[in-house]
Amino acid sequence: MTAYNVKVNGRSQSVDVLPDTPLLWVLRDSLGLTGTKFGCGIAMCGACTVFLDGKPLRSCSFPVSSVGDREVTTIEGLSGREAAAVQRAWVARDVPQCGYCQSGQVMSAVALLKEVKRPTDRDIDLAMIGNLCRCATYVRIRAAINDAARSLGA
Amino acid sequence: MQQEQPRFSRRTALKGARGLLLGLCLRPGSGLAQSGLGQKLRPDGSTGMAFAPNAFVRISSDDTVTVLVKHIEFGQGPFTGLATIVAEELDADWSKVRAEHAPADLNLYKNTLLGVQGTGGSTSIANSYEQLRKAGAAARTMLVEAAAQSWRVPASEISVERGVLRHAKSNRLARFGQFAEAAAKLPVPENPPLKDPSKFRLIGREGAVKKLDVPAKTNGTAQFTIDIREPGTLTAVVAHPPRFGSKVASVDVTGARAVPGLVDVKQIPSGIAVYADSTWPALKAREALKIEWDESAAEKRSSSQLIEEYRALSRQKGNTASQHGDVDAALAGAERVIEAEFVFPYLAHAPMEPLDGFLRWDGNKAVARFGSQLQTVEQQTIAGVLGLKLEQVSLETMLAGGSFGRRAQPTSHFAAELAEVAKAIGPNRAIKLIWTREDDLRGGYYRPMFVHRLRGAIRGGKIMGWANTVVGQSFIEGTPFAPMIIKDGIDPLTVEGARELPYEIPNFRCDVHTPTVGVTTLSWRSVGHTHTGYAVECFIDELLQATGQDPVAGRLALMGNAPRAAVVLRTVAQLARWAGPGPFRDRARGVAVVESFGTSIAQIAEVSIGDGEGPKVHKVWCAVDCGVAVNPDIIRAQMEGGIGFGLGHALFAEVQIDEGRPVPANFDTYRSLRIHEMPEVEVTIVPSSEKPTGVGEPGVPPIGPAVANALARLGDNRPRQLPIVRGTV
Repeated sequence: MTAYNVKVNGRSQSVDVLPDTPLLWVLRDSLGLTGTKFGCGIAMCGACTVFLDGKPLRSCSFPVSSVGDREVTTIEGLSGREAAAVQRAWVARDVPQCGYCQSGQVMSAVALLKEVKRPTDRDIDLAMIGNLCRCATYVRIRAAINDAARSLGA
Repeated sequence: MQQEQPRFSRRTALKGARGLLLGLCLRPGSGLAQSGLGQKLRPDGSTGMAFAPNAFVRISSDDTVTVLVKHIEFGQGPFTGLATIVAEELDADWSKVRAEHAPADLNLYKNTLLGVQGTGGSTSIANSYEQLRKAGAAARTMLVEAAAQSWRVPASEISVERGVLRHAKSNRLARFGQFAEAAAKLPVPENPPLKDPSKFRLIGREGAVKKLDVPAKTNGTAQFTIDIREPGTLTAVVAHPPRFGSKVASVDVTGARAVPGLVDVKQIPSGIAVYADSTWPALKAREALKIEWDESAAEKRSSSQLIEEYRALSRQKGNTASQHGDVDAALAGAERVIEAEFVFPYLAHAPMEPLDGFLRWDGNKAVARFGSQLQTVEQQTIAGVLGLKLEQVSLETMLAGGSFGRRAQPTSHFAAELAEVAKAIGPNRAIKLIWTREDDLRGGYYRPMFVHRLRGAIRGGKIMGWANTVVGQSFIEGTPFAPMIIKDGIDPLTVEGARELPYEIPNFRCDVHTPTVGVTTLSWRSVGHTHTGYAVECFIDELLQATGQDPVAGRLALMGNAPRAAVVLRTVAQLARWAGPGPFRDRARGVAVVESFGTSIAQIAEVSIGDGEGPKVHKVWCAVDCGVAVNPDIIRAQMEGGIGFGLGHALFAEVQIDEGRPVPANFDTYRSLRIHEMPEVEVTIVPSSEKPTGVGEPGVPPIGPAVANALARLGDNRPRQLPIVRGTV
């Protein structure tokens, strides 16, 4: 076991884990931040998406030993205009069905809108292609991202 | 305070169930605490008395209306749907309405269409509608009566609107919570008056309700089984055999024992269980196990071999599932016989949350918490494994990250494994059992492989005969449900949708072979219709094309005995401005109509050949008749989701079996629909005052054949073997 200091949602915290432990399990098992979900373990589904220094990252395939002093943001620590707009749009459109992938969807959508103010359909495809939704809520995800972008532009 | 409260007892609850409604006073946190429900009944820590007129409704002194939902919420909307029905008759304020899973209790919470407490067959609204209207109406009647007594006015002069009781003449009003305590002391009406549907303000009204589970599913606070955290809980994973039917011969745990965080390793009937203080050490230790498997009884055939065996069987007549006329004579006397064979692969459900469960027991009482879809049999299974009586096992249903049939297990294999894992390490060790995606995709319980062989007899430009031989496993055979479901050696779930067509064809036969294969199988979203819908709708389209008929007009001409199917087909044709299948430039349109679970759905897909990985589906129009539309937006969402789910599998999904071993391990090799492949969807709901039917599954079957039928107009054949895009992952 090795001790690591990780900065998550603005707080520095110490964890004692195996060095190859994926960040996902540190967040969930060590820190109790269960909003970030396990879906595949190989970065193919996006349910585990968090931000590392503001950029989306699949936490299931990223060892805690590689985090260093970079800042981790999870769904629990999401803040800012884009986050508020995306979550509002998600609720207004009743996007989630089973809901299990939606933390990851919201994280990817917020990351997109931080980068691109008026995303095209292709921008949305590229930003969201890594986030699987087995309920196939994709029609509403796209619509909610467009709603959020419009509300931010207003 | 405590002594003053009447106690909840099991007996009064049971009496209440039989008579439906019986006045129960329930102090939050008293009797139901053992089911894990007591805590949650306490609204915001308030100790105010709850009004519990029946098993489904709780009203607390802070006006909160809690609806106990007997069906699992894993995306199809029963939390909101069932709460809508109660709130409608109760005239509740929607902003005060909450939903919770009901505890496992067969007497109180039986699915009246399944005979056990459980969710499936798209029955949640269908079997709850009358029951919950009565439950809401009884609560309303009692609140009105309590107000009438208090205000000394006739009950008939009291109106209720949005959670407010009002006596206009004396200008008095009160919220529900004010009379919750008084109402709890009144007798429960046997047959409370129900609203005239024309007075509905929630049911069927656009925008009247927002889904109750959405905010928590948008900010990460929704609690799934994998999120359960109780101090001291061990994480367990199980090493399962690589082939179905193998057993552990020997195991070397040296490497596993060396992983820091490992707690124990035990052999259980389904494999080797590894226990650790958290998830990663458990996974690493499992990886380090060296297991020799005894494969003497294992299934060792490959998909390709099974397909050849099924094809050979399909050339022999099977057990007749239904017939009329004389199809052999019609085929013999036909001017032309058209034959088609369709091959369907094993499919995994791959819900986003793989199977998982929590169990704590002390040798005397057990608490299980997981996404239970068939509570009655799972509670019994856990009790059986742990050697407890049924009442010593409480089962709390959790939100689940999808199911698509994966959690509807007639054999309760996961509940059994959960209990075995707990039992092997002994009492007083809470465990959380987790399956990974690899466990999920290689763990069997697939939609069975099927072959359909169809022959159509054409004479005088008409379809005079239809013979369909179906070959595929039954997932009911050998389970406790077999005596209820299997009749005369035929599992109707293998032929539903094939043995009764919406089309009038004078000579008809559907027969079936049910081979035994070691690969385990299970119900999969829309069950038999997953394959029969494709085979039937592709074949009718092919016969209509062969006789020069339009896909819509040709179907309508045969739908004399299927008025609801005809209505949805006409409706979708209108919605899409149908002007024939095309092609129109590079696009063509295909249509399909499938009735399943009492719901009729027609879809039109606009498709082009695409420039890369198979066909591009641009747009899908969908018309649905599901009786009374309780929540129109949930119905639309289920159509969108059903179309995406059905399309993804028709295009890409297959669990190949290689010498008995499932090939795909994860989402890199089990291809799922992604956002750029999702078509635009336009849904229309046919107005109806018929009893509501299901929407969770019926959106799935039509999309595959609709796409195939469009492809047939673009110069391709209708794909004879699914998935449409083969050999790409």
